[in-house]
Amino acid sequence: MTTLFIEQCLNGVQFGLLLFLLAAGLTLVFGIMDLVNLAHGSLYMVGAYFAATLTAWTGSFVLGAVLALGATLLVGMAVEVIAMRRLYGRDHLDHVLGTFGLILFFDEAVRLIWGPEGLSLPLPSWLNTSVTILPGIQYSAYRLSIIVVALAVAAVLYLLVMRTRVGMLIRAGASSREMVGALGVNIKLLYTLVFGLGAALAGLAGLMQAPILTVQIGMGENILILAFVITVIGGIGSIRGAFIAALLVGFVDTLGRSYLPDILRLVLSPNAAATAAPALSSMLIYLVMAVVLVVRPEGLFPAVRK
Amino acid sequence: MNGALTVRNIVVCALLVALVLLPAYVKLTGNIFVLTLFTRIVILGLAAVSLNLILGFGGMMSFGHAAYLGIGGYAVGILAHEGVYSGFVQWPVALFASAVFALVIGALSLRTRGVYFIMITLAFAQMAYYVIAGLARYGGDDGLTIYKRSQFFAPLDLTNKVQFYYVCVALLLGAIYLVHRLVNSRFGLVIQGSRSNDLRMRAIGFPTYRYRLTCFVIAGTLCGLAGALIANNTDFVSPSMMYWTRSGDLIIMVVLGGMGSVVGPLIGAVALLVLEELLSGITEYWQIILGPLLLLVVLFARGGIDGLLSQIRARAGA
Repeated sequence: MTTLFIEQCLNGVQFGLLLFLLAAGLTLVFGIMDLVNLAHGSLYMVGAYFAATLTAWTGSFVLGAVLALGATLLVGMAVEVIAMRRLYGRDHLDHVLGTFGLILFFDEAVRLIWGPEGLSLPLPSWLNTSVTILPGIQYSAYRLSIIVVALAVAAVLYLLVMRTRVGMLIRAGASSREMVGALGVNIKLLYTLVFGLGAALAGLAGLMQAPILTVQIGMGENILILAFVITVIGGIGSIRGAFIAALLVGFVDTLGRSYLPDILRLVLSPNAAATAAPALSSMLIYLVMAVVLVVRPEGLFPAVRK
Repeated sequence: MNGALTVRNIVVCALLVALVLLPAYVKLTGNIFVLTLFTRIVILGLAAVSLNLILGFGGMMSFGHAAYLGIGGYAVGILAHEGVYSGFVQWPVALFASAVFALVIGALSLRTRGVYFIMITLAFAQMAYYVIAGLARYGGDDGLTIYKRSQFFAPLDLTNKVQFYYVCVALLLGAIYLVHRLVNSRFGLVIQGSRSNDLRMRAIGFPTYRYRLTCFVIAGTLCGLAGALIANNTDFVSPSMMYWTRSGDLIIMVVLGGMGSVVGPLIGAVALLVLEELLSGITEYWQIILGPLLLLVVLFARGGIDGLLSQIRARAGA
């Protein structure tokens, strides 16, 4: 019982950190460029497809993943230069529509290139084992490595944005695009880089999730909604808020799915519990969001807006 | 909607006349497929008209409008599954359920603005999607087949394609008239004022939150009606009819047609669905054309088709 509980908690952390990678890119792009990007889920999908193909080509999971990351970064930057750049400063409704068009494009392009069937990304044997984390408690080495990688990325992201010169320019660009441009900084290039960074984060989430789930068209659409929920809970534009909200959502979702049926059985008949549990557990995170909104409509950690 | 004889008004009138006369054309040519397609267009047009009330006139960017299609549809489907076939029960239940959902969602979502509002309506609609997909008794993910359409008084028979089409057209025209009257009433002016400057509206003493919530509920209820129609049209309901991409489709119809006008969304629904039909005739991968096309519309044709038509008038008049 405790073993299972600890395992489920770790699963919650792992899922939460994965969601953080996705939400961080979303909230970064929104916070800095004021751009709502629905196509973020498509970049997640593209990352997973690249990883599956490149791993098959190179024969190495790590090499494939690194190459896929670079490729997603390039795709993201290309999307920024071709389409997104023209959307800055426009109405949010325009962002929603334009990026919705991009989703259709990406889904169909993937179908055209890779075909309608999903791909699978097999794990190398050295990751496909379990490790002993506490005496008597085993945990999947791959899931553990997701936790480690995501935590490292979160730390690097923090240092990059808060402690480096590029990060300073990014933050400056968020508060006044014109002023930074007037001071001689190439703000266009900076935005392209930030968008590419967000794309790479989404791609990383996609390729790390790929061995656990199948790589398929539309895989980014479900998880995108979760990323939205996280950005809303955390406060749009706040990376710190996204981190905490992502862990919260990962925990609530994972634990809700595994323990809600048992909890409901205490108060309901077994039959009613079995019917209500799946619906209620998928509602759970939205209920969390509703509660947060009632208490703090701007999210838990609202970014300072102009 | 002034009475002037402009290109735009002629196109709108021609479209409405064509919709009314369509069954005659079908009778002459025997092309029943066109009737099926246009029944769907008219129903989704009704949904788009309802979305436009909050999106175009109220400035509330709801990304969860397809939820009402599902709720209205499932109200009909579930009642039929339980043996209640009377439309006099089914349809009011569909409208009432949509209204209640809109009231709850609206009360929470309207506390926020802008991008928060987009994401929250999206998330709540997804919540409704998952709840309905989790209803094992009513088919869950696989959906629910409806074996009998809603039954009304004797001569009206919804299984008759032509009769059903006219019911849809009548409801669509009714909805357009309702929205037209609403947006030009005092209520509508408050809603539009709140879209332009909410702070100022509140400063001169309007409790805009209540106005906006009422507007949100009216739009949701109207869309629930479209959901009840879809259920009767396809004899089948499934969670996919309320998936968030469906909400995206509705927004596309509104923006493509033109947000500033009452009939714009109908033009958009006709344009989008006919375009889909044409493109899918050209290639299996038609979305690869539609996607960038949408982006181009966003970038270069901001007023939508209605805006373009009105520009023709402006240019001709100059």
